[in-house]
Amino acid sequence: MFVYIARRIVYVIPIVVSVALVCFLLVHITPGDPLVAILPADASQELAAQLRIAYGFDRPLPVQFGLWLWRALHGDLGNSIATGRPVLAEVLRAVGNTVTLAIAAASIGFTLGLFFGLIAGYFRDTWVDKVATSIAIAGVSVPHYWLGMVLVIIFSVQLNWLPAVGAGPGGSGSWGWDWEHIKYLVLPAITTSVIPMGIITRTVRALTGDILSQDFVEALRAKGLRETKVFRHVIKNAAPTALAVMGLQLGYMLGGSILIETVFSWPGSGLLLNSAIFQRDLPLLQGTILVLALFFVFLNLLVDIAQAAIDPRIKRS
Amino acid sequence: MTAMTDTALQAAPAHAARGYWATVGRRIVRDKVSMACALILLLILLGALFAPWIGLADPYQGSMIRRLRHIGTPNYPLGTDELGRDMLARLIYGGRLSLLIGILPVILAFVIGTSLGLVAGYVGGKINTGIMRTVDIFYAFPSVLLAIAISGALGAGIVNSIVSLTIVFVPQITRVAESVTTGVRNADFVEAARASGADAFTIMRVHMLGNVLGTIFVYATGLISVSMILAAGLSFLGLGTKPPEPEWGLMLNTLRTAIYVNPWVAALPGAMIFAVSICFNLLSDGMRSAMDIRN
Amino acid sequence: MTEIIEPIDKLEPLPDIGGVAQPLLQVDGLTKHFPVRGGLFAKSKTVRAVDNVSFAIAKGETVGIVGESGCGKSTTARLLMHLMERNSGDIIYDGRTVGRELSLRELRRGMQMVFQDSYASLNPRLTIEESIAFGPKVHGMAENASRALARELLGKVGLRPENFANRYPHEISGGQRQRVNIARALALSPRLVILDEAVSALDKSVEAQVLNLLVDLKREFGLTYLFISHDLNVVRYISDRVLVMYLGEVVELGPVDDVWDKPAHPYTRALLAAMPSSDPDNRTQVPPITGDPPNPIDPPSGCRFHTRCPFVEAVCSGESPKLSDIDAAGHQVACYMFIPGSGHSKAPPTGAVAP
Repeated sequence: MFVYIARRIVYVIPIVVSVALVCFLLVHITPGDPLVAILPADASQELAAQLRIAYGFDRPLPVQFGLWLWRALHGDLGNSIATGRPVLAEVLRAVGNTVTLAIAAASIGFTLGLFFGLIAGYFRDTWVDKVATSIAIAGVSVPHYWLGMVLVIIFSVQLNWLPAVGAGPGGSGSWGWDWEHIKYLVLPAITTSVIPMGIITRTVRALTGDILSQDFVEALRAKGLRETKVFRHVIKNAAPTALAVMGLQLGYMLGGSILIETVFSWPGSGLLLNSAIFQRDLPLLQGTILVLALFFVFLNLLVDIAQAAIDPRIKRS
Repeated sequence: MTAMTDTALQAAPAHAARGYWATVGRRIVRDKVSMACALILLLILLGALFAPWIGLADPYQGSMIRRLRHIGTPNYPLGTDELGRDMLARLIYGGRLSLLIGILPVILAFVIGTSLGLVAGYVGGKINTGIMRTVDIFYAFPSVLLAIAISGALGAGIVNSIVSLTIVFVPQITRVAESVTTGVRNADFVEAARASGADAFTIMRVHMLGNVLGTIFVYATGLISVSMILAAGLSFLGLGTKPPEPEWGLMLNTLRTAIYVNPWVAALPGAMIFAVSICFNLLSDGMRSAMDIRN
Repeated sequence: MTEIIEPIDKLEPLPDIGGVAQPLLQVDGLTKHFPVRGGLFAKSKTVRAVDNVSFAIAKGETVGIVGESGCGKSTTARLLMHLMERNSGDIIYDGRTVGRELSLRELRRGMQMVFQDSYASLNPRLTIEESIAFGPKVHGMAENASRALARELLGKVGLRPENFANRYPHEISGGQRQRVNIARALALSPRLVILDEAVSALDKSVEAQVLNLLVDLKREFGLTYLFISHDLNVVRYISDRVLVMYLGEVVELGPVDDVWDKPAHPYTRALLAAMPSSDPDNRTQVPPITGDPPNPIDPPSGCRFHTRCPFVEAVCSGESPKLSDIDAAGHQVACYMFIPGSGHSKAPPTGAVAP
């Protein structure tokens, strides 16, 4: 087990470096001089040359990457061009709100997904299965930003029950788990939960079906085990894979929140990314993507280790 | 050898022999859900292709005095948008760009990813390691983030949006293609073909393609659903198509301001994306089960 | 055998070069080691799947290879077919060394193989006729001629072409599929056919029919067989000579009746003693060998069987014993108990004739 974890961690290192490289190169595939975003419109040639040297843009690319990586390792992702504040601080503040949203969405999506998946797999080919699979396929096919709009139309515009945008009183920095704040979370969380709900339903349904058709279930029933007990075995066998899928989905919610945060003006990392793109704030863009991708890699690592911990078959390999 | 020709040995199935793909085709035609989806997609596609010749209003011609009419207004069956343009015409015309930017990345990624996956799976060894480790890097990004990061860095535009989505889907298709190819490559019938002295190209053509392409194709069809949502999403953010082009994601974006005035018209473009996306998903599921012939 | 092909464009078998005295296949020091990647903190190791295996197959004979699973039987077959690279060793087909005097392409005409899994060894997307005709087409036969040949061969393996030619593999039974695989192997007019557990997956009654078919085909086409199986009864039925393998090495080799009646190597004795008997009075009461075969990643030094051998002595863990003659009929064994002056207490005295 220890060897497995160690190997898994070592395996992550080249991935992390590659992710950093991709983030670094993103700025360099940007059309035009990266300086353009930094320079004032009326900058002189001398100022441009000075800044070029100051930012190290005159050095060869690998050297630039090395320096950038070195600074990034020390928590220095540069300063935002728009606000002048350190990128890392901006990103971490926004990520906190995204995590809030993702956790709320996960608790809705995972619960529903597990429930629908288990009953659909257990009552395969009955009307229960048909309803659950229809909900699931709608969940994975719906453009979630549109669903967000529709929910706003129904619950904010028509019924006026819930607020349409924002994160509640006090703005982005003062989240609290009270109704004054939570009512702002409801619609974005429901919207975010739809895709993971659909994917988990489909995964768990397939898993349950497979497990139920295996010989050991036959044997359990043959020895007179009650169905509820049989069901416990099914859940135990489905758990490792279901867990892996849920971990991955949590990562997607953290990293893929930009559309939903834009619809609801939710002050998370997605909205930050959106403003970084449209203000051509390249250090902020680079930093946000790097942090989100590293979050995702780290989460995948945790999932692998957790999976190994509960699935005896993985430890051996 | 007379003992061999007993009746039991000659027993063969009753129905006439039929090719694999003919059987799959027959099964999918009999599947009502798949056929309904195919029909809807066909209608949307034909509408988009023949939009100029089916008597629609000009999708670019707006009018300040008839902005944001409701659904069911005479002459404007689906109302008008925030600039007074006919929604029906814009939704049907919108299929042109929306389908292009949604489907083309998957087609490109299918060609590139399948080639990479076939090579990685068939050649194996260092080439496999090289290709698959590179693919792993892209898997370290959630696909939405990757698409937006590349698009955001490249800047807005249709071509950039297609390029970024292609980059997102190539690794996914490569992974599927590689695993299917590796599976088939190790099958005994490929060993037998090698034992008969056939070269790699012939084995690939006769024995491998037919056994791997179907699976990859079905997977890619399912990806179109994701691609439609992401492509329209990029436009929705302002990273794809630019006004005044009719495109569902962009229309959804510009109509957002109208949700307090005329909410249901504002939601229409999203319903189109949803319809196309769910149809491709159901079609992909239908093909997958039709191809699983042993059940 | 020439009358089977419509002489439009036919594949002649490779010519008989060396005559009867020349073995059809000679294998010299065949070796295959698989590197096993070590874990993060472990150094890499080697599996000695096939280690310095040498034998010869005379024209027209059937040689059996027996041994437990994992002993290197199937790896040997794949090495002979050049489906995997060997580390070292020469393969000499009718006096011509493969890779020097004989091209790989020619070898594949002269040597074909039937695999164990009848379903996996047929392409599910091709009709049976297409599967059989594929090989001849690869070797330049015309489309029509190769299809005619495929139908001809279907008849030869006992399947009516009009019923089976256009079928797909999933539409026919396991026994029928294995007949198709045999026809496919014969399509290139090989002189040597390797049967790798070719009947092992079949029902007993079907197995018997296919074995009889193999015997008939051998006579009709003048074939030579290398018959690999873990089923000792089947090997005895079909083989003239037999090779016993243990952990990648040949431990005993000889005419099948000699080996069965007077097994020399302790491993062969144990293997034969473990054979299930249909006679209840002749039931085996004690387990002949204890323990699992050692891990081939780290094979024991010296005689590889010494860790499980009841007669083990100090000499056995030193050098590996060489295959040596124990009689004039070609019965050979790699065991110190039969090498004069080897130092084993049961070994015959130096200069003595083998027991």
